[in-house]
Amino acid sequence: MRKVLSLTALALSVLAVSGMSAAAEDTVKIGYIDPLSGGGASVGEVGLKTFQFLADEVNAKGGIQGKKVEIVPLDNKTNPQESLIQAQKAIDAGIRFLTQGNGSAVAGALSDFVTKYNERNPGKEVLYFNYAAVDPVLTNAKCSFWHFRWDASSDIKMEALTNYMKTVPAIKNVYLINQDYSFGESVRTAARAMLAAKRPDIKIVGDEKHPLLKVTDFSPYIAKIKASGADSVITGNWGQDFELLLKAAADAGLKVNWYTYYAGGTGGPTAIKQANLDHQVFQITEGIANLDHPASQEFEKAFRAKYDVSVFYPRAVNEMRMLAAAADKAKSIDPVKVAQALEGMEVEVLDGGKGNMRKDDHQFFQPIYISSFGDRSAKEPFDEEHTGWGWKLAARIDTPATVVPTTCKMERPN
Amino acid sequence: MTSSRPSGLAPQAGWGKRLNRTLGQLVLELLVISTLNGVLFGMLLFLMASGLTVIFSMLGVLNFAHASFYMLGAFFGFQISRWFGFWPALLIAPLLAGAVGAGVERYGLRRVHKNGHVAELLFTFGLAFVIEEVVQIIWGKSPVDFRVPPLLDFPAFTIFSTNYPAYKMFMLLVSIAIFVGLLLVLKKTRIGLIVQAALTHPHMVGHLGHNVGRIFMLVFGVGTALAAVAGVIAGPALVTQSNMAGLLGPILFVVVVVGGLGSLPGAFVASLLIGLVQTFAVSMNGSLSGAFGPLSPAYEATWLADIWGVTIAQIAPIMPYLLMVLILIFRPMGLLGTRDT
Repeated sequence: MRKVLSLTALALSVLAVSGMSAAAEDTVKIGYIDPLSGGGASVGEVGLKTFQFLADEVNAKGGIQGKKVEIVPLDNKTNPQESLIQAQKAIDAGIRFLTQGNGSAVAGALSDFVTKYNERNPGKEVLYFNYAAVDPVLTNAKCSFWHFRWDASSDIKMEALTNYMKTVPAIKNVYLINQDYSFGESVRTAARAMLAAKRPDIKIVGDEKHPLLKVTDFSPYIAKIKASGADSVITGNWGQDFELLLKAAADAGLKVNWYTYYAGGTGGPTAIKQANLDHQVFQITEGIANLDHPASQEFEKAFRAKYDVSVFYPRAVNEMRMLAAAADKAKSIDPVKVAQALEGMEVEVLDGGKGNMRKDDHQFFQPIYISSFGDRSAKEPFDEEHTGWGWKLAARIDTPATVVPTTCKMERPN
Repeated sequence: MTSSRPSGLAPQAGWGKRLNRTLGQLVLELLVISTLNGVLFGMLLFLMASGLTVIFSMLGVLNFAHASFYMLGAFFGFQISRWFGFWPALLIAPLLAGAVGAGVERYGLRRVHKNGHVAELLFTFGLAFVIEEVVQIIWGKSPVDFRVPPLLDFPAFTIFSTNYPAYKMFMLLVSIAIFVGLLLVLKKTRIGLIVQAALTHPHMVGHLGHNVGRIFMLVFGVGTALAAVAGVIAGPALVTQSNMAGLLGPILFVVVVVGGLGSLPGAFVASLLIGLVQTFAVSMNGSLSGAFGPLSPAYEATWLADIWGVTIAQIAPIMPYLLMVLILIFRPMGLLGTRDT
């Protein structure tokens, strides 16, 4: 049903654009390219709601440069090929800003597509805002002037995580378990390199790769972790691979601390509660609901009241607010001018503190939070997925301690 | 909440103890734990594949929607356990799913059957998508919070400091009970005889005064009900989500093909075999480079390096599929199969 509705909305918006080109001048359209059907739909829908909420927020304040913002949902089924078709469709409908987050393979294809399109079509440039694809390559070897990333790359997250881990002397034996694809690979290589540099006394007692979304029973992996004598596990696993891993660990009675990238993803909190791992699962994010920061708590309250889900993408908030700020700074919604205004821009991020868009590679740097999931005290007003449990702050890594070098050599328009 | 697991971590103690153990003890520990894990996983597979085998062996229908009925069972189970508790759910959900299955056979499959096997395959293929969409509309796309009943939420026993939850033991028992029960019904009862006869000689059975259509409907209903039993039981242990059918589907076909299309004991043996193979493979860290030494530098950057460096553990979950390919080549009728259709 929702798909039908979104398709209808899309069809109508396309009609609206082609039918009334004069009216199109009055809106800033953002093409939201992410899965709205298939396996990734549960994640894609949360993202869409977030952007629609943000568009309403911007519109309530008078829009961007006096123009209303409109989010146009485009379903890519988490497929790179389909994403390019949707991007072309968006461009044909006059959309100049694209945003996408799920899957680094999709992000790579989109960045490449937008870069080539802009080379061939000067004067009709399109910008691509990446809010969740974390493969470091997008802001290194394959960086592009037209791509901006608001999420911390997996290297930045590992930099922040290891900066935290080096202050915890109880960590002595670390086990790595990751999905066998580009993202899992970058998590394990970064973990090995950074731990060796910052805490050479920590032993890597295991380094496991397993096929992506194919494992039903994780108990043999848990048996290996147990046999290795690990006290901490680092994993980039998400979705079912995360949930089943934790359940198997709880079943076997494995007592370790889990350092994760995506424990907060849809279904993650439910799985942790079911496994009863009270404050043993940590995540690395750019914000959590239970921060002692009134502005972000207000936002959280309003968002939950409207959609009954928690704010999973504080970075999307930063993205939209910075788009509006950049347009104000450039006094234009021309993508090239907006891009130039975004470069090096420094802002106050949703969860408090300074963030900046590095000019060299278009990677956004912001404070990163390590938090654990479990029973709440009076200081943690928000729970997750109606479990009664919530995220508790363990450490805040300020922006300067998250900066990693880049190899990006960017070609800029004249 | 009802669990009595202590929280907090004590890594140092475990580490010290490990160092004091001898190699022999470690090997023994690995063998025992892997065997246990393998058997438990194998029985879970059998639980899920038994219904598929029944439908295939009795009706000759390769039901692509089988995993969808498994998912329906899990969601019915979740909903009913919300209202009445887990145990009523374990009874009612399979009955409901079985009724849906029987309806599908009576009003869908039976008509499609006239047009041959390809039409049947396509029908069940389409049905899988329909069921997934319906489940998404009703329960949404996110995982639901389906929990193990408090009565079984405790460690049954502890071996080498690894807990084995009572729920897994329950899963094992149900699986064995289903195997024995089905075998007895098929081989020792009048109904079983009629069902078997109806498959090979439907006209003769019809002439003898039995309602062949109703027998087929019954068998399909029982098959889907078995899938739903698996759903209710596996739901809390795994993840109850609207894409669970798609994620589980392929491995069930591996079980049925390896065991021998339509052979119940075959599926039982194949499930155990796959469970053990996969579990033992995960516990092995060996690779070609470990066995024969590192690759010569000339080949470092080629695709050969990938194959050379891959560990057995890394490809463990692919092992069942490899097994299936080998079985199809060397013993097309499967381990205990009697015919090779």
